[in-house]
Amino acid sequence: MSQRYLLSRFIDLLVVLFGVSIIVFLMIRLIPGDAVAIMLGANTEITPDRIAELKSRIGLDQPMVIQYGRWIWGAVQGDLGTSIWTGRPVLQEIGANIWPTVELTLLSVLVGAGLSIPLGAFMAEARGKGAEVAVRIGAIAGLTIPSFWLGIVSIFFVAKFLPGVQALGYVPFTEDPLGNLQRMILPVIALSLPMLANLSRLVRSAMLDALSQDYIRTAKAKGANRRRIIYKHALRNALIPFITSVGVSAGYLLGGAIVIEQVFAIPGLGRLVLGAIAERNYPLVQATILVMTTAFVLVNFLVDMLYAVIDPRVSR
Amino acid sequence: MINFARQNKLLSFAVIFVALQVLLALFAPVLGLQDPYAQIMVQRLKGPNVANWLGTDQLGRDILSRIIYGYRTSLLTCVTAVVLSLLAGGTLGMLAAYYRGWFDRIVMRLMDVLFAFPILLLAIAVIAVLGPSIWGAAIAIAIVYTPIFARLLRGPALVICESEYVTGAKAIGAGDMRIIFLHLLPNLASVVLVQTSLLLSAAILVEASLSFLGLGAQPPTPSLGLMLSEGRNFLLLAPWPAIFAGFAILFLSFGFNLLGDALRDTLDPRLRKES
Repeated sequence: MSQRYLLSRFIDLLVVLFGVSIIVFLMIRLIPGDAVAIMLGANTEITPDRIAELKSRIGLDQPMVIQYGRWIWGAVQGDLGTSIWTGRPVLQEIGANIWPTVELTLLSVLVGAGLSIPLGAFMAEARGKGAEVAVRIGAIAGLTIPSFWLGIVSIFFVAKFLPGVQALGYVPFTEDPLGNLQRMILPVIALSLPMLANLSRLVRSAMLDALSQDYIRTAKAKGANRRRIIYKHALRNALIPFITSVGVSAGYLLGGAIVIEQVFAIPGLGRLVLGAIAERNYPLVQATILVMTTAFVLVNFLVDMLYAVIDPRVSR
Repeated sequence: MINFARQNKLLSFAVIFVALQVLLALFAPVLGLQDPYAQIMVQRLKGPNVANWLGTDQLGRDILSRIIYGYRTSLLTCVTAVVLSLLAGGTLGMLAAYYRGWFDRIVMRLMDVLFAFPILLLAIAVIAVLGPSIWGAAIAIAIVYTPIFARLLRGPALVICESEYVTGAKAIGAGDMRIIFLHLLPNLASVVLVQTSLLLSAAILVEASLSFLGLGAQPPTPSLGLMLSEGRNFLLLAPWPAIFAGFAILFLSFGFNLLGDALRDTLDPRLRKES
């Protein structure tokens, strides 16, 4: 990978993160009506004094540029403000809720991406008209099944037929590894299915593409066996578009996780941000969105880098 | 026509499947359905029966009627969102490809920033600002889709702008507007049609998710996502509201996805992915 390429991608990354921070910063200021009055809530009497006090507490009485400067300077140093209701730093609240989301997303990416390779390779061997249609319908169905519905239906079946099994909630892996994994099974299946459908179709078409190349014919002529051809030669070249897709899917999963957490009562970032919206706890909403988006942007940056390592043509 | 249908079985199936659902939604008021808002308390949570083909919900409302009216809500929200984002994103992407230079760079950078957010998270952020409602959801989905349309249309538009017929048109002194409307737009039509259908399919899932989270349609509006979240509370007692509403979302989203997929093959064989 050339240094020039790395540098230009790094500048892109900074520009995008800067843009993201501006959008998240402006969010709270775009709320129609006075966000401060809304934040004070219906239960307190709204007096000009109270509004002024809260405004100066969150710095809303300063010029925009200064507000942004302060906010971003704090954010870089790990200070994203304090939660309106609990008065705790929002980063602490995020820290307390981040692990279930990270675990759910990572496991789903592993399952979705991991299974899609053998499934795609298997589907690549099924040729012919009937198989084409079956693969296509199956992939589209997998992609359009609402994952939260799948979650709800699976909860129903477990509760009905396996009443002893605990399907809801979350226990940390460090406290009860088995209980943790048991509760993760259903959410991970629900969350990873669309990704599995998408990726296995991609693997299949990339494999079919690769299998028609000259080097495969050469490998066959050399007398390499079928397994070796599929897994060593075809798959390796099919992997390149695959990796980009995994990066993009990760963002989809991060969004999907918000809904799945709600279905399975998992105390993660999704529940945190939804709760914060309901309570009009805007600093917490802002911070959660900033953290999740930054994570997504960084993952995609790493995927781009990985891509350049695997396929040196990209970085030239 | 019949010959065409015979050659494109998948497309014909998709068209019929989608049309059926859209027509049901369009003509819901004249289908002689029960009032989707009427609460008949003595008939709460009944299973499918002769009077209520798909049963009733926790307030005794007819589920079949609520699902068909839910289609209306869902389609109205999603079509509005997709049309808005197509207008905004499509125009930006096309103009970026046509004018290139600094305009292109600034527009696409802006789109990159919007694209950097996970889809559902950006939608939730927009709703946090606008407040939860169907229109909030529609605008949120429109904003999320704008960069997607811009990116999707910029690529093909660039190719067309480089083509000989556009160079030729420029050479004989055709104005910008003439080239954009006469050459660029008609040649992008097939891409637009395919992508609109595919994105509509995804929008239906996003809208259902938002309503499920309480960020879209509000009760008592008949909404598929809302039916799922309400049905969840009575799941063991009466699973059908949640199960039927889920199938409805699946069928609607599946139909548009299949339609887009089949259209891609038919309209532009060059775009065809080996599937």
